[in-house]
Amino acid sequence: MTTLAAFQDAFAGALLGGVPRDAAVARLAAQPGFAVYRNTVLKGGIDALQANFPSVARLVGGEWFRAAAAVFVRSELPAHPTLLDYGAGFPAFLRDFAPAAGLPYLADVARLDRMWNEAHVAADAKPLEPGRLAALDPQRMARTRLRPHPATRWRWFEAVPAYTLWSRSRAGEGEVGEVEWQGEGALLTRPFGEVRHATLDRVGVTFLDACARGAGVEEAAVAALAAGAPADLSALVRRLLEAGAFAALESIDDPEGSR
Amino acid sequence: MPANGASPTPPSPPSHARLPARVARAARERTGRQGAMSASLSAGLGLKPAHFDAALGCRTSGLWFEVHPENYMVDGGPRLAWLEAIRAVHPLSLHGVALSLAAATDPDARHLDRLATLVDRFEPALVSEHLAWSAWRGAYRPDLLPVPRTVEARDRIVANIGRTQDRLRRRIAVENPSHYLRFDEHEFDEVEFLVDIARRSGCALLLDVNNVFVSASNLGSDAGQYVDAVPADLVAEIHLAGHSPDPQFGAALLIDSHDAPVAPAVWALYERLLGRIGPRPTLIERDENLPAFAELLAERALAHERLSAACLPEAA
Repeated sequence: MTTLAAFQDAFAGALLGGVPRDAAVARLAAQPGFAVYRNTVLKGGIDALQANFPSVARLVGGEWFRAAAAVFVRSELPAHPTLLDYGAGFPAFLRDFAPAAGLPYLADVARLDRMWNEAHVAADAKPLEPGRLAALDPQRMARTRLRPHPATRWRWFEAVPAYTLWSRSRAGEGEVGEVEWQGEGALLTRPFGEVRHATLDRVGVTFLDACARGAGVEEAAVAALAAGAPADLSALVRRLLEAGAFAALESIDDPEGSR
Repeated sequence: MPANGASPTPPSPPSHARLPARVARAARERTGRQGAMSASLSAGLGLKPAHFDAALGCRTSGLWFEVHPENYMVDGGPRLAWLEAIRAVHPLSLHGVALSLAAATDPDARHLDRLATLVDRFEPALVSEHLAWSAWRGAYRPDLLPVPRTVEARDRIVANIGRTQDRLRRRIAVENPSHYLRFDEHEFDEVEFLVDIARRSGCALLLDVNNVFVSASNLGSDAGQYVDAVPADLVAEIHLAGHSPDPQFGAALLIDSHDAPVAPAVWALYERLLGRIGPRPTLIERDENLPAFAELLAERALAHERLSAACLPEAA
């Protein structure tokens, strides 16, 4: 009898279709019951991907999705047992997956499914009350930064109406219908309990990017205005605050922040 | 059936009211600090998100719910809030599927930490895991994989259960697996192996009667003999579930599929077990072909009735 570790190496290899060199595992893999383990591992991975990427699955149909997911599972098993987190590499896999070449938006829709999951399980925090920022005098505001809420996710999709396709699929609309083919951004927040989402223009995406890397409100506003057409920045900030995109106000002078 | 177990030792209970007291006593002996809460554990159900609202509103006495902790190992958000709401009205059991106790390595420290966080937060009445492996060399296989029952495996499993119990600061129950493969390398009979592990590690056993039936059917062994051999003092929980024949090999290969009601032969084994050891918290597992909550509750009532009937005279 080989060691337990050698047995597990050989068994794990045989699960994914490898030919076992270990004689004991070869005898096991030759039995009809071995397929039960092979099928369960594969099904478990595919089920998790289907649960984590529902908008992709709805757009391409269950059969196509499960066939594609099976290829992914064989190439990349979950790294750990929290299957909610499985599929970090799935959007990139779809981007390079030859049968999906005619569906150039699929990877971005998958990214949005992933962002939704991240927002869903992120740490709890009380969203910043919209009035807190307005109450600051202009001098103080210039020395303030906005810390995004742990559940807030945002992204700009270049040349693909990914948010529209994703949100329509998510809402269960079988036919995506007419879509204006242009880039768009998305904002996901979870102010109280459930994840909410909306479109976000390039100015808003740039503003949040700047906030996330620690820029003050003023610096973030300058960056945002440089990113696109003239915009009503105070309306943007109000909208972000009302969506619950931020968790706290911090003073730039105080690294610990002030709540 | 008066399953109100709020008072763990009611004075001179009539015979039909003994179940709560006996279950309470067993629960106290098992878990120590959760005695009062475990007092009402009778038959429970696996909790599915689709049944969350129904489960939350249900006030059936003695009912409890079991979840896989892996589905709640998150930083925050509505999942934990749901579980918190359920826990406020029902006892909870955390039934792990991924600690990989039978892998030839220590349990993943991060996984164990997250499990400990859940145990501290939700104070479950029961905590259990499987005699299986799944995480190995940086990858997780969503299944319960088998091991040869050798001295090396036994010592490794005992050590891993010890680490787990030390980290959680409580006893866990370990579940017997379903078998689909014939191993030439086994050095122990399964009951002998489980009992040896339990005695050495101090863990309890979760006896899955459906797994016993499926394994005996697949390997041609005697399920009744298996159930008769498990020492009563080690059994902390019982699982019941449905199984189905393999689409290709039929009844020659039964699958522990959790996609159907509990089979009559499994109910019979369950009665045989209860007749010998008395009542234990019993869970009905259903993961596929999920029926309405009311239907699961009706099946759960069948287990509850058998638990009530299994009250043995004190002298037995």
